[in-house]
Amino acid sequence: MAALERGGADIVELGVPFSDPIADGPVIMRASERALAAGTTVEKVLETARQIREHSSIPIVLFTYLNPVMRYGFERLARRAKEVGIDGFLLTDLSVEEAAGFVSAVRAEGLDTVFLVAPTSTDRRLELVAQYCSGFVYVVSRTGVTGVQQQVSSSVRPLVERLRHFTQLPLGVGFGIANADQAAEVGSVADGVVVGSAFVRAIETTPPDQLFDTMERMARDLKQGALRGRG
Amino acid sequence: MLNVPDSGGHFGPYGGRYVPEVLMSPLDELEQAYHAARADESFQAELADLLKNYAGRPTPLFHAERLSRKLGGGKIYFKREDLLHTGAHKINNALGQALLARRMGKKRIIAETGAGQHGVATATACALLGLQCRVYMGEEDMRRQRLNVFRMRLCGAEVVGVTNGSRTLKDAISEAMRDWVTNVNTTYYLLGSALGAHPYPLMVRDFHRCIGEEARQQLLEREGRLPTMAIACVGGGSNAIGLFHAFIGDASVQLIGVEAGGRGKKTGDHAARFSGGAPGVLHGAYSYLLQNEDGQVALTHSISAGLDYALIGPEHAHLHDLGRAEYVDCDDATALAAAVELSRMEGLIPAMESSHAVAEAIRRAPMTAPDDILLVNLSGRGDKDIDIYRENLKELDSDSPQPAF
Ligand SMILES: Cc1ncc(COP(=O)(O)O)c(C=O)c1O
Repeated sequence: MAALERGGADIVELGVPFSDPIADGPVIMRASERALAAGTTVEKVLETARQIREHSSIPIVLFTYLNPVMRYGFERLARRAKEVGIDGFLLTDLSVEEAAGFVSAVRAEGLDTVFLVAPTSTDRRLELVAQYCSGFVYVVSRTGVTGVQQQVSSSVRPLVERLRHFTQLPLGVGFGIANADQAAEVGSVADGVVVGSAFVRAIETTPPDQLFDTMERMARDLKQGALRGRG
Repeated sequence: MLNVPDSGGHFGPYGGRYVPEVLMSPLDELEQAYHAARADESFQAELADLLKNYAGRPTPLFHAERLSRKLGGGKIYFKREDLLHTGAHKINNALGQALLARRMGKKRIIAETGAGQHGVATATACALLGLQCRVYMGEEDMRRQRLNVFRMRLCGAEVVGVTNGSRTLKDAISEAMRDWVTNVNTTYYLLGSALGAHPYPLMVRDFHRCIGEEARQQLLEREGRLPTMAIACVGGGSNAIGLFHAFIGDASVQLIGVEAGGRGKKTGDHAARFSGGAPGVLHGAYSYLLQNEDGQVALTHSISAGLDYALIGPEHAHLHDLGRAEYVDCDDATALAAAVELSRMEGLIPAMESSHAVAEAIRRAPMTAPDDILLVNLSGRGDKDIDIYRENLKELDSDSPQPAF
């Protein structure tokens, strides 16, 4: 985490693994399996957040699927999240249509709710989803599961442009972004770049003694790419 | 009770639409297309023609006299969905949705399958309508339902083995959803049970409603009265909701769903969602879910691949909470014994799934009065399960088999 921050990350997502991650590709599926095998729970991720907060003020978004959070209890989670210094939430499979109870519990503690928009979202939906968002809006770059890809999807620009009509919030684009050039391309239209699988893959494949340096370098490259894109 | 789901797909608190945003607009489109098709006479006429002349509807209602007499209670009637083309009720829904897919201009169909019956029905419907078909199936299920894998391939479908998790139905649905999320613009997801995000539970139920409607009519003609109880096995819940629906408004008719009791009461050993689970979200719907205290989905077990799933269809959760339907479970050994009994007494070899419903009828019949009627949905035939029967009934599979009687 410190390495990412040194590399220039502005926000970090802390994931709670779920047994059936339907929106994730192989890299995050494997990571979820490893995390579950190691006994990761909502409670343990909250504890990790608390430890990060002891020496860092980087904003933390807790991201997962709905069921672990529902089981833990919305109010209880919002309260504990506030205590340990978490800033917001992102639940992959919670549609805004079903989100009223969750959003009111989280907002009652003054925390943010980030929702996703996708290339398939109609204008009506972009407007609706934006109303449920605080902090930032997560723009899914393409139809598909998480995982790196060669090129940034051509859906990104028109989607971001459509979404700007409905919100003043910063827009972060994710799904498939892995290198500085892609970050630059996204940076030229959006406010932020969200990188998941590329880091998770690095954690999976890098020897432990080189991991922190690798993470820091990746973060720095991506950040510079994104800033270059903004021009 | 009959006024469900609401416009958001809720059956009381259950059901709904819990999916990634990518799928929300496509589900809206699907819902609109379905409502338009339902109101379109030519769509209904084409489906009715296929159900009659291709699938074999209406299915007979059979009075199992020898079995009823032996058990010494009311009359047991079987609704013979096992006689349908491809061998189970699943074809009702597969034909309906495949026609809908074609109407929506989708040429690529994906499906999940557990026992393989939905996969076979989908592969069959796709062959009939000239659609491309890919079926996801857990590797454990491919092993135990080998015959159906081959049937799907013979009909031109591609069968993709899923190696994640428990390698059963749950994992096959997850993988089908990943495909759908990726190819949503070109692909129709033909879901095989009364599960998933709205409008699937509604649509699948509607395509199977003919089961109960026919049975109700047939009983009224034959007996001049309604059944005392209607019994069906419940995996995701499609054959059961198809049977139940025509009787929900008939307060005198007991509705009984039978879940898989597996090999024991321990989590992981069964698929009894009501006794062992708690409300939660899986694959797009909120309903009773087998899960651990951290909200991770639990593993399940059943001798029948088609009942081996962690979530029950949301309309069943609603009927359960209202007390309108009652849910029990039946373990592997009891289901197996019921299959043997039905084969010997009536010459009907049931699917392993359907055997769970048969077992419940056998259990209840002696407690009923002679003028009671037990209506049982025989959702499928046992051809696909012959290997399971052989494995468990070794005494019949030797060169000098034991005499049955
Ligand atoms: C013959 C048969 N009955 C029942 C089921 C269970 O499904 P459902 O609960 O949707 O009817 C299956 C599923 O594969 C099946 O093949």
